[in-house]
Amino acid sequence: MKKTLLIAACLLLASDVWAGGRDYVSIVGSSTVYPFATTVAERFGKTSSFKTPKIESTGSGGGMKLFCAGTGIDSPDITNASRRIKKSEYDTCLKNGVKEIVEVKVGYDGIVLANSKKATRFNLSKRDIYLALARIVPDPKGSNGFIENPYTNWKEVNASLPDIKIEVMGPPPTSGTRDAFDELAMQGGCKTFPWVKALKKSDKKKFKTVCEALREDGAYIEAGENDNLIIQKLEANPNALGIFGFSYLDQNADKIQGAIVDGVAPDFDKISDGSYSISRSLYMYVKKSHAEVVPGLKEFLAEFSSDRAWGDEGYLSEKGLIPMPEEERAQVGKTVKELIPLQL
Amino acid sequence: MYIRTQMGHQDKKTTTKASATERVQLGLAKRRRKEERFRKLSFAAVLLSIGFLVLLFASIISNGWPAFQRTDILLDVHFDQKVLDVNSLVNANYGKLVKQAMRDVFPEVTSRRDKRELYRLVSSGASYELQKMVTADPTLIGKTVSLWLPADDLTDMLMKGKIDRSLPEAERPISNKQIQWIDQLIAQKRLKKNFNTTFFQAGDSREPELSGIKGALTGSLFTLLVTLVLSFPVAVAAAIYLEEFAPKNKWTDLVEVNINNLAAVPSIVFGLLGLAVFLNFFGMPRSSPLVGGMVLSLMTLPTIIIASRASLKAVPPSIREAALGVGASKMQTVFHHVIPLAMPGMMTGTIIGLSQALGETAPLLMIGMVAFIVDVPGSVTDPATVLPVQIFLWADSPERAFVERTSAAILVLLMFLISMNGVAIYLRRKFERRW
Repeated sequence: MKKTLLIAACLLLASDVWAGGRDYVSIVGSSTVYPFATTVAERFGKTSSFKTPKIESTGSGGGMKLFCAGTGIDSPDITNASRRIKKSEYDTCLKNGVKEIVEVKVGYDGIVLANSKKATRFNLSKRDIYLALARIVPDPKGSNGFIENPYTNWKEVNASLPDIKIEVMGPPPTSGTRDAFDELAMQGGCKTFPWVKALKKSDKKKFKTVCEALREDGAYIEAGENDNLIIQKLEANPNALGIFGFSYLDQNADKIQGAIVDGVAPDFDKISDGSYSISRSLYMYVKKSHAEVVPGLKEFLAEFSSDRAWGDEGYLSEKGLIPMPEEERAQVGKTVKELIPLQL
Repeated sequence: MYIRTQMGHQDKKTTTKASATERVQLGLAKRRRKEERFRKLSFAAVLLSIGFLVLLFASIISNGWPAFQRTDILLDVHFDQKVLDVNSLVNANYGKLVKQAMRDVFPEVTSRRDKRELYRLVSSGASYELQKMVTADPTLIGKTVSLWLPADDLTDMLMKGKIDRSLPEAERPISNKQIQWIDQLIAQKRLKKNFNTTFFQAGDSREPELSGIKGALTGSLFTLLVTLVLSFPVAVAAAIYLEEFAPKNKWTDLVEVNINNLAAVPSIVFGLLGLAVFLNFFGMPRSSPLVGGMVLSLMTLPTIIIASRASLKAVPPSIREAALGVGASKMQTVFHHVIPLAMPGMMTGTIIGLSQALGETAPLLMIGMVAFIVDVPGSVTDPATVLPVQIFLWADSPERAFVERTSAAILVLLMFLISMNGVAIYLRRKFERRW
């Protein structure tokens, strides 16, 4: 009898609370933006009178799916993404009634290839990266055809590279880091072959499979979303390279070193000014319709876009976010303030 | 068996009796050797598993132990009237007070760049602490108080020897100047390692020195409470019906087979079910211990049913017959005589089911309990996370200081589990009857 009462009380309490709406901001999305979003959320919760926003790390794609599932209090207010929203995702959003989406560019993140400090630092070009990791590569004999990737050693890829077996640990296809790596590093290297670049115009599908499919013979190891694990493995195996976001390199600079890509080493300034080429923008997408309904949403956005957060010397830069130039910040700041919806 | 065939063999060959004994004795030595080998191998297996267990515990404890201490800095904070406006204490710049106090300790630091580096030695949490103090007691304004405030996680790591001082400056997260200041602070007895109370009093945080386990612990408690309240009565009722009242036919056999199968279903499946039914259909709040507990009770139900049925079966039929013999009804027999005897077994089963639920993360992933949640949950509908999820989240954080906190959280989870199993053993010992 007592227990029945308890259950009834629990259910009553529960129904009462969730009918009343939500008094905290709900955020989903990319695991790359997660460390930055959580930092802002925590400061916001501790210094304002609002509750601390709840943040789930679902990956960019998973976040979009939840975000676009509909409007209403049980759907998230914000989704983070380590790439721009895709047209297909935007259309799904519209179809489900999520009409006005505000795009907020947050800053930049570099993707680094790093190895243990015990080994020599790699000096790679994007072409080297492509040739070492693609599933099929242009025939080295010179004919305009493709063969299964025959390289097993970095020296075979480029004579100036060390005599080490190719072994690279990186993110799985569900990760935004992987999307960006495929697009920036792999495609970038691919395009250094002029006749492959021409393929982009004539046969886009073939171009994509040629350039973005990673090899599956064990040279590229999908190491899951846990970047700390990759760092531990790199320490144990000085011959391996790992692929992850710049913030992890920044925090572990005593254990690992970032490879030089196309002559530029990955560091804060080089990513910020755009000279380090494998870098991407990070985004937040906000439902405009929730701004009036969910308490604290506007204020949270204001905190995120304040100079003390995303500014040159803001607390996010200490966490490894690479700030946008001042003009761009002002421009995005205006979008945030006026909640100007995105048009695709 | 072996001996007999040997003997039979001998009979056919009509060998002498003496040589037969000899052969048996020869075989005996071989058999002894075999036994000896098997014994050694199984002993080695036990040693190996104990070795792994010791290794696991040693690494977790040695990694996690330092997390129970935290470095604090002694600062003389002047609660400046100019900074603290009585009318808007919430919005005042408390960071300024901390910075001023740091400058007072190191008056020789003047350049802007150096000052920024100096301020980094103190945690950003120091200003929250001041804010809390002033809000609680506004009479502090205008006074100067000596306070132990949290140091930054990098200062903490250096104090604990986790940052190698001998490395070149560029490869260290902490600069030469900062090390020099830290050494000065140590010399002035302004740096001290204290017991880390924050770890047990705070929720999650992005700053390792401010993060705590209380949010996850409370979340786990709420989730287990919901699981217990839902699964125990239902499972026990199901077990009693199946064992005492249900007719034995194909239908009940089918139910039994299904319950046994359910116990073996991977837990993520229950998470998917929870997502589809509780969240999408009933519209219950995402990330709440209520939904988490409901999903986990689906998972623990079969475990508890199976354990309860086993303990009901173990009650000897003579008890039932005696009760029925003195005129008790079926219901009275079950409730007055059988259940009290079966209760210890049922409770043990329940606790084992709950400890299994305590360690689950997979089903909770689907219903949004894998999330960054700072506020300690106050009810079963507040967003919450649980201990194993907290461990996962910390293990995934880039800051180095989270490594020790991950291990410390594992220790807390293990303590929780051990105490739950302890309760199970105690209950069994206390109430168990033997015939």
